[in-house]
Amino acid sequence: MTEMTFADAVREGLAEELRRDPLVWALGEDLSTAHGGTSANQYVGLIDEFGPKRIVNTPISENTIMGAAVGAAVAGTRPVADLRMADFGMCAVDELVNQAAKIRYMFGGQARVPLVVRQAIGVRKGAAAQHSQSTEAWYVHTPGLVVVAPGTPADGRGLLKSAIRADDPVVYMEHKDLWLASGDVPDDEGVVPIGVAKTVREGSDLTIVSWSKMARLCEEVADTLAGDGVSVDVIDLRTLWPWDKDAVYASVCKTGRLLVAQEAVQVGGFAAEIATDVTENCFDALKTHARRIGAPRMPVPYAEPMENEFRVTPERIIARARELLAA
Amino acid sequence: MSNENDTQRTNEPARIFELYKTMCLIRAFEERSEDEFDAGFINGSIHQYIGEEAIGTGVCANLRDTDYILSNHRGHGHSIAKGADPESMMKELMGRVGGTSGAKGGSMHIADFSVGMLGANGVLADGLTMGVGAAQAICLRGVDAIVTVFVGDGTTNRGPFYEALNWAMVYELPILFVCENNGYASSTVTRSITAGEGPVARAKAFGMPAFDVDGNDVNAVDALAADLIARVRGGGGPHFLHARTYRVKGHISRDKMLYRPEGETEERFKDEPIGRCAAWLIANGFEEAEIVSARDAAYAQIDAAVAAAKDASFPNKNLAYADVQDFGPPEPWQQDGGAA
Ligand SMILES: Cc1ncc(C[n+]2csc(CCOP(=O)(O)OP(=O)(O)O)c2C)c(N)n1
Ligand SMILES: [Mg+2]
Repeated sequence: MTEMTFADAVREGLAEELRRDPLVWALGEDLSTAHGGTSANQYVGLIDEFGPKRIVNTPISENTIMGAAVGAAVAGTRPVADLRMADFGMCAVDELVNQAAKIRYMFGGQARVPLVVRQAIGVRKGAAAQHSQSTEAWYVHTPGLVVVAPGTPADGRGLLKSAIRADDPVVYMEHKDLWLASGDVPDDEGVVPIGVAKTVREGSDLTIVSWSKMARLCEEVADTLAGDGVSVDVIDLRTLWPWDKDAVYASVCKTGRLLVAQEAVQVGGFAAEIATDVTENCFDALKTHARRIGAPRMPVPYAEPMENEFRVTPERIIARARELLAA
Repeated sequence: MSNENDTQRTNEPARIFELYKTMCLIRAFEERSEDEFDAGFINGSIHQYIGEEAIGTGVCANLRDTDYILSNHRGHGHSIAKGADPESMMKELMGRVGGTSGAKGGSMHIADFSVGMLGANGVLADGLTMGVGAAQAICLRGVDAIVTVFVGDGTTNRGPFYEALNWAMVYELPILFVCENNGYASSTVTRSITAGEGPVARAKAFGMPAFDVDGNDVNAVDALAADLIARVRGGGGPHFLHARTYRVKGHISRDKMLYRPEGETEERFKDEPIGRCAAWLIANGFEEAEIVSARDAAYAQIDAAVAAAKDASFPNKNLAYADVQDFGPPEPWQQDGGAA
C-alpha cells in the first residue's frame, strides 16, 4: 500500500492504462500545461511521457471534446474525455446522451463506444450554482451508460482502469473535495470491478447506502452512532449503474432498515431509485419503510450560511437515521 | 454609464480623467479582493481583471443605463464600468447581506439589473447566445437600447460563439460583441489551440464589421467603442470589437502560473493601461498630484467598501430557499431545527 491523494492515484491509474494500451488517450482543456488539469494536477507530467497525440490539450469546445471522443471510440480507440466539471459536461450532454449512449443499440450492435467521460461533481466551498452540481442521476437515467462515482483514492484509480477497459461508455464522476484527500492505494494493479459495492462499516441495526464523498461522511455517521450502541452497515456503492443489488439486498435482509444518502438534490435523485427497488424486492425484510436523504431542491447558493442549507451533513444524516431507528 | 456621455467627445482630457478614475476603481477592487480572498473572507475563486481595465471602461463609457451588458467569469471590471456599486459587489464576494445578488452568487455571478448588467457567468459562451436574445427583446419591445457582450479569446472556440454571431447577423440585431484577447485560456496559450487568423477574421466571415484595437489604450478603446456603438444604435446591425490585452494575474487569484515563461508578466505589465492613461493625462495638462489623488480616492472607496462588507452580516440561512421558483419551491430541512 502507498498513501496518496485521489488526484495522484487517478493520474497514476491513467498513466498505467496509457502504458498498457497504446489506443488509450485523453482529451480535454488544459491537460498538457504545467497546470495539468482542473486544479488538482490530475494530468500533470503525462504530456512528457505520452506526448501530444495521446494527451490532447483541446480548445474550449465541449461539444467537440465529447463528440470527438464518441467518434474516436467507434473508430477503434479508447478515449478518456475530461469535461472538467459536471456543470460543463452539460454543454455536451447531447453527444453523450444522444450519441454515445445509443450508437451500439441504434445501429444493431455493429459498433461499441468504449469511452470514459470524466466529470467532477459536488459542492466545493464557495463554488456556487454553476460549479457545484451533482448530476449523476441524469446519466443513471440514460440507457446505455455506465456510471461510476468512486470515493477513495484506491477506488478512483481502480475504477478508472475498469472504465477504460470497458466497452461501454462510462461516466466517471469524481468529487472535487476528494481530489486532495489521501488514502491507501494498493501497489498491485488494483483494478476495481464495475458494479461491485464495498461494505466500509459492518453493522446489524441499519444499512446506509451511499457513494462518492457522501460515503465518507456516512462512515463518520456510523462511528458516531456506534457511540450510541447502534451498529451500522455502510455500503459505498462505487458504481451507480449497474448498482450492486446483491450487496444492498443482503445488508437490508440483515438489518431491516435502509437509509440512502446522496449529496445531490433529493427530488428525482438516485437514492429514490434504490429505496424504491429495495422496497419492491425486500419488503418482507424491512422493519420500516426505506428512507432517503438528499439536498433541498435548489441551486447551490454562495454565502456560507445558505450553502450549508444545501449540504447533507453528518448531523442531518444522523437525524434521519435516528428517525428511522425509532420507527 | 450615463446619457451625458453621448454628447461628450472622445479624447477630451476631462473625459479621459473620468475613465482613469473608473480604471483605478476596478484595479483597487481586484487588488483588495485578492487580499481578502487570501485572508479567508472570500470563498470559491476570483478571476481578476487587472491589466484589462481599459476595455470594460472604454466600452461601457459609451453605454447608457438602459443598455444591456452580458459578462463572463471575469466580470468584476465590466460590472463596475457599467455602474454597479463596488460596495454591493464586495458584499457579494464576502457573502454578506446587501450583496448585488443577495449573496447567492458570489464573484462569478454578479449581476445588477438596475444598471443593465445582466450577469457574469460561470459557463463560457452562454452570455453570447443570451445576448442575442436580449437584443431580440429590445427589437420586440421597440425600445431604444443596445446589447454588449464580453467574450474571452479562449471562448471563441466554443460553438455558441458561432451560433450567436450568425444569429445576430441574420436578424440584424443591435448588438456589440467585445472580444477581450488576453492571450490565455486558463493555463493554455490561446493561440496554441486556435486556428486561423483570430477573432476578427472569424467575425468578418459572418459579414460582421469587425475592428481591432490596442485594449490597453483606454483612449483608443473609448474612441472605437464610441464609433461602433453609434453605428449599432443607428441601426447598423451587429459589430465586433477585438481588444488586444494581457492577463496580468493568474487565471484565478491563487493560480501560481507555472505555465508562464519567467519575466513575461513583468515585461507585459509595463504596458498596463492605468500607467499609460496617467502618462497621457499628464501630457495633456493634468498635474501629477491630481492623478495621484484620484487613484488614492479609488483605493479609499474600495477600502471603505471592504470595511462595510466586513461589517455587514451574513444572510439568514432561510434565504437559501427564496427565489428558486414560484411553483413548487424547495422544502427546507425538518430534522435539525432548520427552517420550518
Ligand atoms: C463551458 C465551460 N468550459 C470550461 C470552463 C472552465 N473555464 C473557465 S474560464 C476558462 C478559460 C477562458 O478563457 P478566455 O475565454 O480567454 O477568458 P479569460 O479567462 O482569459 O478572460 C475555462 C476553460 C467553463 N467555465 N465553462
Ligand atoms: Mg483569455
